[in-house]
Amino acid sequence: MAAPITSEPAPPPARGYWRSNQMRIAPWLFLAPGMVFFAIYVVLPIFQSFHISLYRWDGLGEARYIGLQNYERLLDDPAFYTSLWNNLRWLVLYLLAIPGGLFIALFLNQQVRGIRLYKSLFFFPFVISQVVVGLVFAWFYNPSIGLLNPILGLFGAGPVNILGNPNTVTYGIIAAGLWPQVAYCMILYLTGLNAVDPEQVEAARLDGAKGWKMLWYVILPQLRPATFIAVVVTVIGALRSFDMVSVMTNGGPFGSSRVLAYYMFEVSLSEFGFRMGYGAAIAVVLFLIMMVYIAFFLWRMWREERGY
Amino acid sequence: MFPTPVERRSAAIQASYKALLPIALMMWLLPLLMVALFSIKPDADFTQGNLWGLPSSFAGFENYTRVFTDSAMPRYLINSIFITVPTVIGAVALSCMTGFALGVYRFKGNIWIFFMFVAGNFVPFQILMVPVRDLTVNMGLYDTRMGLVLFHVAFQTGFCTLFMRNFIRALPRELIEAARVEGVSEIRIFWYVVLPLMRPAIAALSVLIFTFIWNDYFWAVVLTQGVESQPVTAGITAFNSQFRAAYHMMSAGSIIAALPPVMMFFLMQKHFIAGLTLGAVK
Amino acid sequence: MRFTLKSAAAALAMTTALAAPASAELTGDLRIFFNDQNPAPRAAMEGMVERFQEMHPELNIELTLIDREANKTQIRNYLTANAPDVNGWYAGNRMRPYVNAGLFEDVSDLWDGPMGEELASTRPALTLDGKQWGVPYTYYQWGIYYRSDIYEELGLTPATTWEEEISNCQAILDSGRKCYTIGTRFLWTAGGWFDYLNLRTHGYDFHMALTANEIPWTDDRVRETFANWRTLIDMGAFIDNHTAYTWQEAQPYLVNGQAAAYLMGNFLVEPLRDAGMTDDQLGFYQFPEITPGIPMAEDAPTDTLHIPAQAQNKEAAREFLLYVASAENQTIANEVLGQLPVNSNAEVADDKFIQAGFEMLSNATGGIAQFFDRDADAEMASAAMEGFQEFMVMPDNLDAILNRLESVRQRMLED
Repeated sequence: MAAPITSEPAPPPARGYWRSNQMRIAPWLFLAPGMVFFAIYVVLPIFQSFHISLYRWDGLGEARYIGLQNYERLLDDPAFYTSLWNNLRWLVLYLLAIPGGLFIALFLNQQVRGIRLYKSLFFFPFVISQVVVGLVFAWFYNPSIGLLNPILGLFGAGPVNILGNPNTVTYGIIAAGLWPQVAYCMILYLTGLNAVDPEQVEAARLDGAKGWKMLWYVILPQLRPATFIAVVVTVIGALRSFDMVSVMTNGGPFGSSRVLAYYMFEVSLSEFGFRMGYGAAIAVVLFLIMMVYIAFFLWRMWREERGY
Repeated sequence: MFPTPVERRSAAIQASYKALLPIALMMWLLPLLMVALFSIKPDADFTQGNLWGLPSSFAGFENYTRVFTDSAMPRYLINSIFITVPTVIGAVALSCMTGFALGVYRFKGNIWIFFMFVAGNFVPFQILMVPVRDLTVNMGLYDTRMGLVLFHVAFQTGFCTLFMRNFIRALPRELIEAARVEGVSEIRIFWYVVLPLMRPAIAALSVLIFTFIWNDYFWAVVLTQGVESQPVTAGITAFNSQFRAAYHMMSAGSIIAALPPVMMFFLMQKHFIAGLTLGAVK
Repeated sequence: MRFTLKSAAAALAMTTALAAPASAELTGDLRIFFNDQNPAPRAAMEGMVERFQEMHPELNIELTLIDREANKTQIRNYLTANAPDVNGWYAGNRMRPYVNAGLFEDVSDLWDGPMGEELASTRPALTLDGKQWGVPYTYYQWGIYYRSDIYEELGLTPATTWEEEISNCQAILDSGRKCYTIGTRFLWTAGGWFDYLNLRTHGYDFHMALTANEIPWTDDRVRETFANWRTLIDMGAFIDNHTAYTWQEAQPYLVNGQAAAYLMGNFLVEPLRDAGMTDDQLGFYQFPEITPGIPMAEDAPTDTLHIPAQAQNKEAAREFLLYVASAENQTIANEVLGQLPVNSNAEVADDKFIQAGFEMLSNATGGIAQFFDRDADAEMASAAMEGFQEFMVMPDNLDAILNRLESVRQRMLED
C-alpha cells in the first residue's frame, strides 16, 4: 500500500495531468489507505451494530428481525441497570485520578537527586497491562493470601473480602483501575508543571500568594490543557473498562460488578451468551453515552481550529 | 517552580522530603512488590503459610525458568511480538500519510475526515465487537495473528492520525511552500521534506502504540483462541489455570507478561512521555 | 451415493473397531480439539490418540489441548471458523445451540450399530430431536467427599437422612470447623448444591421439569428446596468468602481440615491426592435423603466427543469416535482419568472412589441428571446459577431472585 510513495518519473502525458492536478489529488492519495482501513474496521461496524441490535441472533444460525424488542427488554433487565449504575460509579470515581495525579505531580515536582528515577517509578504502573494490574490487585485483595487484610489488621480493621462482597466489589476494581490512571494523570501534570511560567509564579509570590491560593489562581489555570486531556482520557477509560472486570471478577459476585462493556460481552460471547442482538443493543447504548463526550471533545477542537 | 523548591526550605524539611520519597514509593508500588516477592518464593512457603516473611530459600531463578520451560509462555510472547510489531509499522505508516494529507492540504471535507478519525478513536470498541468478529471469521482470519494485526492497524489509525496531523500542523509551513515553488512534486515533499522532520513523532508514536497493542486483552479474547495465535495478555489466563493456585508461578508469569512494555518504557522514556503528553501543554 | 458410501465406511469401521486389527487404512489429517489440560484428562486423551495412531499409522493425528473454561467460549468460534475433525464437549442441553445451528454432525449411524447397545445408558443424554450428536467417553459421580479422620475424631458417621446431615454439621461447627468448603467464583459449584437439594426434596421428574422451563421459579415447591438450603446457610455451614474462590482455591480448606466436606464431582479426588491426602483421610458418601420415599437420583455428568459439521476428515473422525467408545479404550482411559467408563462392557477401575460411584450410580433408581448447566438452557443456566450464588450470600433476597428467574423463564417461553 506504500506503492505511490517512491514516485519515479511517470509517463509524460500522465505527468502533465499529475502536475496540474496534484494539489487536488495528492491528499486523497495519501488518505486512501488509511480511510479504507478505518471505514472497513471502524465506521461500517458501528452501523452494522445498530443493525444487528434489531435482530434476535445466537451468532450461529439465522437471525430474525424483531424491531426494537431488544431495547424494550433492556428496560426490564435488572442486570442492565446494575451495569449502567456501575458505569456511572466508574465515571465519577475514576475522575479522582485527576486530583490524585495532580497531588503526586506536585509532590514530585522538585529538583533533588534521583527525582527523575522516582518519577519514572511512580509512572510505570501505567505501562503494565490492565490484565496484570487486575491480577495483581485481585491477589492483593484475596482474603486468604492477600496483603490487604494483614495491613488492615495492623490498624485494627478488617478482615474484608472486597471482591466477594457485592457492596464493595466495584469500588475495589475501580481502585485497581485508578492505580495506572493516576500515574497517567501525574505525568500529564508533571509535563504541564514544567511549562508553567516561572515569572508569573514569582510575581504572584511577591503579591503574597502561596499554598492553595497560588495553586488555584495561578497554577491551575496554566494547567488547563493538561486537565482537559486528563479528563478526556479518564472518561474514555472509565467507559471502556472491561479488562479489569473480566480478570478480577467476571462481573461477579452474582453480577454486581458488571459494567456495560462487560455485560455486552457476557450476553453475546461468554460461556452462556448467545444473544448477539441483545449485546449489540447494549453496545449501542454505551456508544450513545460516549457520543456525548465525543461531541464535546470535537466541539472544543472545532472551536480551537477556527481560531487556528 | 511550584510548589516552592525544597532546596529553598529549611534543612529539616529537605531531609524529611528525601526520607518521604522512598516511603511513598514503597506504598505506591506495594501490590506489585507483593507479587514480586511471591515470584521468588518456593512452593513450600505457601503451604507453610509463610506468605509475607523472607523467602525460606531463593526460588526466583527456578520459578522464572519454569515459566519458560513448563508452559506455553514463550509461544505467547512470540505471538505478542508478531502482533505488536507489524501493527506499529502499519499504523504509523498509514497515519504518516493521513496526517500529512490532513495537516498540509486545505480541501473541502478536511476537517470532517479528521473528525471522523478522532471520533472513531474514542468509540467504545465493544460496539465493533460483533461485526469485526464476523468480518474476521468471514475472511478466514479468525484465530490468526494477521486478523488481529489488521484490526489493530485500522483502529489505531484513528489515534495516530490525530497525533500526526497535529504534529505536522506545528511544523514550519515555509519549508513546504519553498519546496513547492521549486517545483518538487507533492509525493517528494512528503518523502524528502516532511517525513525526516517527523522522526520524533514517529519514535514517540511507535513506543506508545507498542505499549497499547502489547497490553490489549479485549480483542485478543474476541479474535483469537489458542496458543497458536493468542498474545500474552490472553495467554496469562490459560497460564494461570495451568498453575491453579500456585501463586509463586502465577506471579512470575504475570511479571514476565508485563515486562516488555516496561522495558520499552524505561529505554525510550523520553519518546514515550513526549507522545503521551502531546497536547498537555499548549 | 455419498450417504451409502459413508454408512458403508461406518459399518466397516464398526466391525474393525470391535474386532481389532484395523484393516481400513485411514489417511490424511485428523485434528482433535480436546477440552482439558489438567494432568489426568490430558494423559487419558494422549493415550487414546497414541493407541489409535498405532492402529492407523498412515493417519496424521494432531491433538490440541484447550483449557476447560476457555473451551466453553471458544467452541462456537472453532465450530464456525476453523473446525477440527473431533472436539470435546458435554451431553444434554449444552449441545443444543450447536445442534440447532447445524454445527454438529449427526452420528446416529454410529449409535445404530452395536456401539449403541454398549452405550445405551447415555443414549438419552446424547439425543436431541431424535438423533445422536456425539459419543461419550467418560462420566463421573457427584457426591460428598468428606474427611473421614475428622468424622472419626468427632464420632460421626456419614449421614443418610437430612436430620443426620444437619446434626453432623452442627457437631462439626461446634468443633470450630466449617461443614462444607465451596468456591463459587465460577458459578457452577452452587449449581451442584441446587441440583442435589432439589433432586432430594422433590425428585428427578420435578427437577427435569424445572430445568426444562415447565415449572415457574416462583412455585412453592422451588421455595421448599431453597428453604432446605437456607437451613445450612443460616447455620454457617459453608466457608466464608466463597465468592472469592474458584473450586480449586476452595480445596485447601478441606486439605487443611478447616472444612469437613466438599460436594463435588469425582475429578476432585486427583488434586486432593496430589495435595497429600490419603484414602484413610478421605471418604465419599451419597447425598442424603431429604424427603423420605423419593427415589434417589444423582448428578453424573457425561463428557463427550463430537464431530463438527465442517470437519474435513469425517471418516477418520467417525472411526476415532468408535474407538473411543469401545470397551477396551474406555477401560484404559477411565483408569487414567479416575472416572467411570460409559461402555457397559468396560471394566471399572479398582479404586475406592470410582467403585463407590459405580455402585451408587448403578443403584440410582431415581434417574441420572447431567448437571444444572447441561440440563437447563444456556440463558436460564447462567441466570439461575448467578441467583444461587446470590442466595448463598444473601438468602433474604430469595423473593427478588425467584422473580427475576421467573421473568427470564417467561421471556424464554415467549421466544
